Amino acid sequence: MAAKEGKRKTGIELLEDAFALCKTESRRAVAPFVTAGDPDSESTSAILKSIYEAGATCCELGVPYSDPIADGPVIQSSYTRALNAGMTLTKMFDVVATFSKSHSMPLLAMASYSLIFRNGIETFVKRGEASGLAGFVVPDLPLEESDELDTQCRRAGLALVRLVTPTTPPERAREIARRSTGFLYCVSVAGVTGERTALPENLVERIQWLREESDVPILVGFGISTADQAREVAAVADGVIVGSAVVRCVEKAQEGTSMPDAVGNFVRELVEACRLN
Amino acid sequence: MPSVHEETVDQKLSAVPDDLGRFGRFGGRYVPETLSAALDQLEKAYEEAIADPEFNSELEGLFAAFVGRPTPLLFARRLTEKAGGAQIYFKREDLSHTGAHKINNTLGQALLAIRMGKQRIIAETGAGQHGVATATACARFGLECVVYMGSEDVRRQSPNVRTMKLMGAEVRPVESGSRTLRDAINEAMRDWMASVETTHYIIGSVVGPHPFPRIVRDFQSIIGRETIDCCKSLFGRLPDTVVACVGGGSNAAGMFYPFVDHPDVRLVGVEAGGRSGGDGEHAAPLTYGTPGILHGSLSYVLQDADGQTADVHSVSAGLDYPGVGPEHSFWRDSGRVDYTSVTDAAALDAFDMVAQQEGVLPALETSHALAWAVEAASKMRPEEILVVCMSGRGDKDAAEIARLRGHE
Repeated sequence: MAAKEGKRKTGIELLEDAFALCKTESRRAVAPFVTAGDPDSESTSAILKSIYEAGATCCELGVPYSDPIADGPVIQSSYTRALNAGMTLTKMFDVVATFSKSHSMPLLAMASYSLIFRNGIETFVKRGEASGLAGFVVPDLPLEESDELDTQCRRAGLALVRLVTPTTPPERAREIARRSTGFLYCVSVAGVTGERTALPENLVERIQWLREESDVPILVGFGISTADQAREVAAVADGVIVGSAVVRCVEKAQEGTSMPDAVGNFVRELVEACRLN
Repeated sequence: MPSVHEETVDQKLSAVPDDLGRFGRFGGRYVPETLSAALDQLEKAYEEAIADPEFNSELEGLFAAFVGRPTPLLFARRLTEKAGGAQIYFKREDLSHTGAHKINNTLGQALLAIRMGKQRIIAETGAGQHGVATATACARFGLECVVYMGSEDVRRQSPNVRTMKLMGAEVRPVESGSRTLRDAINEAMRDWMASVETTHYIIGSVVGPHPFPRIVRDFQSIIGRETIDCCKSLFGRLPDTVVACVGGGSNAAGMFYPFVDHPDVRLVGVEAGGRSGGDGEHAAPLTYGTPGILHGSLSYVLQDADGQTADVHSVSAGLDYPGVGPEHSFWRDSGRVDYTSVTDAAALDAFDMVAQQEGVLPALETSHALAWAVEAASKMRPEEILVVCMSGRGDKDAAEIARLRGHE
């Protein structure tokens, strides 16, 4: 699926291809979240490769930020580890560039708007485009403040994935769904990122309602940590996003050299759980 | 005939924020979607409340009987003589119940929480003054109260931790990051993400996402309004210069806001200059920072080239914060308010001077404004009037100052 006919595919097209492939192969999308630079750039590159080989549809690359208010303790600690180890935006874009040169799996940057604004919105999107990024998830950027980033992403053909949460009123959810590109991120619970033992009861109805309102695939995230939960969600949504559980996998494996394998095995379980029979 | 454009230019500086919470280019609302509905609800509840005479009279009643307002304006006779220039006056917010201006805001927001049907309150605190004021308001109204406080601040402001607990609040020490105010705000926001449907977050300064900067400024504006009334009756005119310390900037915003449309009054905000102007040595974003986004709004921030929040330092826990309220950034760029900074050492000297010359123990935060005031007064004429916002009392700092001087 790499570049043909001389013209590189846009980020949105890469995502469309990836979701189309899922459909052909009769399975739901699996989007693991990995913190860029946790514990270092080399490990992140190796983890991305193993995630790709395990059959992930796309990957969210968490861009470490000093004050992540939407994140629970697991992702927060991974950001602190990465920053303490000297992770920078330049190194993050380098990881993306190296990976995207030889792999078709789309990468999305999960980045605080604080970082994007500081860099300059246009500059940040251009850096993303040049590195081969497929798009952005910006957890602290609500609809009202997003026009400029939206314009830049559309110009570059990059996805701006928007989030709908349980506290979002229906009218607003409709508008968010309409403006989301790449896919729509359905947050399962009100709260920060992190593993939870049970999924909320009304999740199925919420997804079914959103399905009517959205033209893009709907992926569900926050709180999904096991293959069983992924299977449950895959029955109704177009895919799952698994963050803290993957990051914890990285954290636990940090001692040994088997980290990419550990993450790869976990993602493989998720991919298997998301096959439709 | 003035064009529409000219009318915009003529618009009063006080006519902010706009519907999106903008103070000029600053402010706004940069928060996770989970909080959007709650902020809309708060905005609506606030609009309804301030249009409701019952809300206003209840708050006025509390200000009078519970807080002890209006607070007086004290002539600092010996300090004025020592400075040898302008007449120095203290606006005595330190005489408010709980010892600082913070109670003005917590009472107002607690009443809002009750109107919204929320029975649980969370707050962050740096120096502990806002924590105490929140715990106090919650005790008064029978609300559950959880206060997040950086563990470094728990250590250096322990008298306030005890007071909060006595009022029935739970104090949760925050161990992440620099273990100070910024980290306490992060933790409070995370709590709110999960509890937003039943909990109100009483933010303690003019920071955070819209509508907080406006709400906190409005509740604190009683400080400036009383100062204007008092100056008019005492002197028959407004003061020449008004000065306040700026961390997040709530006492300064409350003091300055009623003055911003009076261009003859010079307004000066004093930030924490820390040990020096070097990176990580101070907490003065308006002096050394760049526009950026922190804790939900666009304002001057101390951050690195990537946008990571910088480490800050101040001897004063209440000023030890890398951001500042968006309206201050607006006032800075418009030139209406002058911002400067004062070092730890100068603030500690001013603390001693005011204690010994006036018999008033100022908070270390306030001591920054006092240091600037004494210096500035000496260069002013004797008929000029300089008002310092005495934002809080310094009992909470006595032990930490003794420790810093090595005789604990």
